[in-house]
Amino acid sequence: MTDPTKPIIQIQNVSKRFGKVTAVDNVSLDINAGEFFVLLGPSGCGKTTLLRMIAGFELPTEGRILIDGQDMAGIPPNKRPVNMVFQSYAVFPHMSVADNVAYGLKIAGVKGGEVKDRVAEALDLVKLGGFESRMPDQMSGGQRQRVALARSLVMRPKVLLLDEPLSALDAKLRAQMQFELSELQEKVGITFVTVTHDQDEALSMACRIAVINKGDVSQLAAPSDLYEYPANRFVADFVGSVNIFEGKLTLDEPDKAAVDCPGLGKVYLNHGVTGPHGADVWVALRPEKIYLHVPGAGKAVTAAAQDAPDGHNFARGKIKGMSYLGDITLFEIELETGARIRVSRPNLSRHDQEDFTWDDKVSMHWRADSPVVLLG
Amino acid sequence: MAEQDWKTNKGVFAAVSLPTLFWVLLFFLVPMAIVWLYSFGENKGLTDIEISGTLENYKRATEWLYLTIFGKSFAVAALVTLICLIVGFPVAMAITFASEKWRPWLLLGIMLPFWTNLLIRTYALMMLLGTQGFANKGLGALWEGTSWLKTLVGLQPLPTWEPVQLLFNNFAVVFGLVYVHLPFMVLPLYAALDRLDRSLIEASLDLGAGHFRTIMRIVVPLAAPGIIAGVMITLIPALGAYLTPDLMGGTDSQMIANVIERQFKKANDWPFGAALSFLLIYAMFILIALQSMRKKVPEAS
Repeated sequence: MTDPTKPIIQIQNVSKRFGKVTAVDNVSLDINAGEFFVLLGPSGCGKTTLLRMIAGFELPTEGRILIDGQDMAGIPPNKRPVNMVFQSYAVFPHMSVADNVAYGLKIAGVKGGEVKDRVAEALDLVKLGGFESRMPDQMSGGQRQRVALARSLVMRPKVLLLDEPLSALDAKLRAQMQFELSELQEKVGITFVTVTHDQDEALSMACRIAVINKGDVSQLAAPSDLYEYPANRFVADFVGSVNIFEGKLTLDEPDKAAVDCPGLGKVYLNHGVTGPHGADVWVALRPEKIYLHVPGAGKAVTAAAQDAPDGHNFARGKIKGMSYLGDITLFEIELETGARIRVSRPNLSRHDQEDFTWDDKVSMHWRADSPVVLLG
Repeated sequence: MAEQDWKTNKGVFAAVSLPTLFWVLLFFLVPMAIVWLYSFGENKGLTDIEISGTLENYKRATEWLYLTIFGKSFAVAALVTLICLIVGFPVAMAITFASEKWRPWLLLGIMLPFWTNLLIRTYALMMLLGTQGFANKGLGALWEGTSWLKTLVGLQPLPTWEPVQLLFNNFAVVFGLVYVHLPFMVLPLYAALDRLDRSLIEASLDLGAGHFRTIMRIVVPLAAPGIIAGVMITLIPALGAYLTPDLMGGTDSQMIANVIERQFKKANDWPFGAALSFLLIYAMFILIALQSMRKKVPEAS
């Protein structure tokens, strides 16, 4: 039986090279039993190669992969205790839904009566009960994906691998499937490993996310940690949207720090950052963590002044761009230094979007715990 | 550019298609119609044929002697098609899964025989298979070698080598026809396999199926349109094969096309030859009709 205290998948110093191209570069990571793990990264970063190596469709050039403590070297895909949901779903077009789902069971030698029961159970799980005799070409993309899910889940794998599972669905269905996949994962208790390039998908579904960049793990963290405490510029920029300013670390004490940014001014933090004094650093500031005011609206500015001395964590500028997105309005503001900054503002009431217009002079502030100082 | 629909631009469409239509009409349909009319005619003298509407030619063509030749032609063509399928399928699979670098060269290898005239290729094959050919020489050398090895360990040597009769029999006809028709089988199979979504094969492996089971249950059913196309494109020309049985066959391995040829040439019985020709054409029509009536396999999306 699976030992819940041990990682279900151990990837140890795995590299994969295709000729001269290194797709995966010395990656080591553990995936815990029962978690929803997401490999997130831009296209071509090596995340799919990593997933395909777990499934056994690609062999590591170096390193090893252990599933449930067992080394997978030399074990072909059809002998591995994992199943995969393909990006194209790969539902067999010449078989009915029931035959698709029963395919793996029949090969495993499961008896007829049990096959029927388990197929029905799996189809109920993905809400496709009653679709047994349908052919795949009579189904929508979303339904075909559910068939692919049922076909894998019916095998009761130790790990379910999902390759960009939602990329082919429209936006509404994708949001719904994000919830359903999380719910399904909780219900069946199987470890899910998903590959995606979509940060919303990763943040909404994952227990933990590994951000992959150029074949390497940039950061491995829980979704909120990844968003609020990115480890480097790549993660800060790839997960969510962000303003990044270059600066020099001028003050670094256990309870406060300051960075002098030529583009943004002096940025104060209410915590230390443990970097060498005078080092080149980057300050990352999320657009939604910046408050926007018409100049002279004193109250909010005073609040900022309490956070940071001398009226810092404060900037002035002119609105150069606006895009109204319904729930929020996105502003692009040219600062007095000439740098540009993005600010988002929730439309809390129906007429909020009328407060500002192009070329308005505005001021903005942010809390001293909002900026993130990045060393790399 | 504006939509060039044949419905909106009837004049252009007619102008472009007229030469082709004319060509097909004049050089294909008209001669066929003449031959078809001849099949209802009688010989009157050496060159005169009277179209009398008689069914006598068809009556003769369906006599037992000719039916057995038809039957034998079918059997040979079917056997050739089957061998081509069994040999060609792994070849097509190998080309499909070869690396990008190798695939064009392998395809070129399949098409290379088309660069040489069929007659020359057939003679080359005959040189290979003759009693003094390379095949027999190779087998002879093996035989002598074995015999020598036996004497070496103190056993009785084998009797002297008698060349195997590889030519001028039914074996030679089947061998030659397989050789000629194999590319016709491989190319449609390759086209069908190449379109197959690779993730379907991976999904089958992922669900625990081995390679053989994946081929039988996923690849073959989904390549069915290509298999049927390959079978038709091999079976129909093999059925009408004339040159190969003529050159490589023995006295008992003549196929229906050889009989037809004799009616038009040596026997100078055009009406009877025409009737035999049209029986063959009707048989092919039936094959094609059966193929188009089969249940459509859903395409992989």
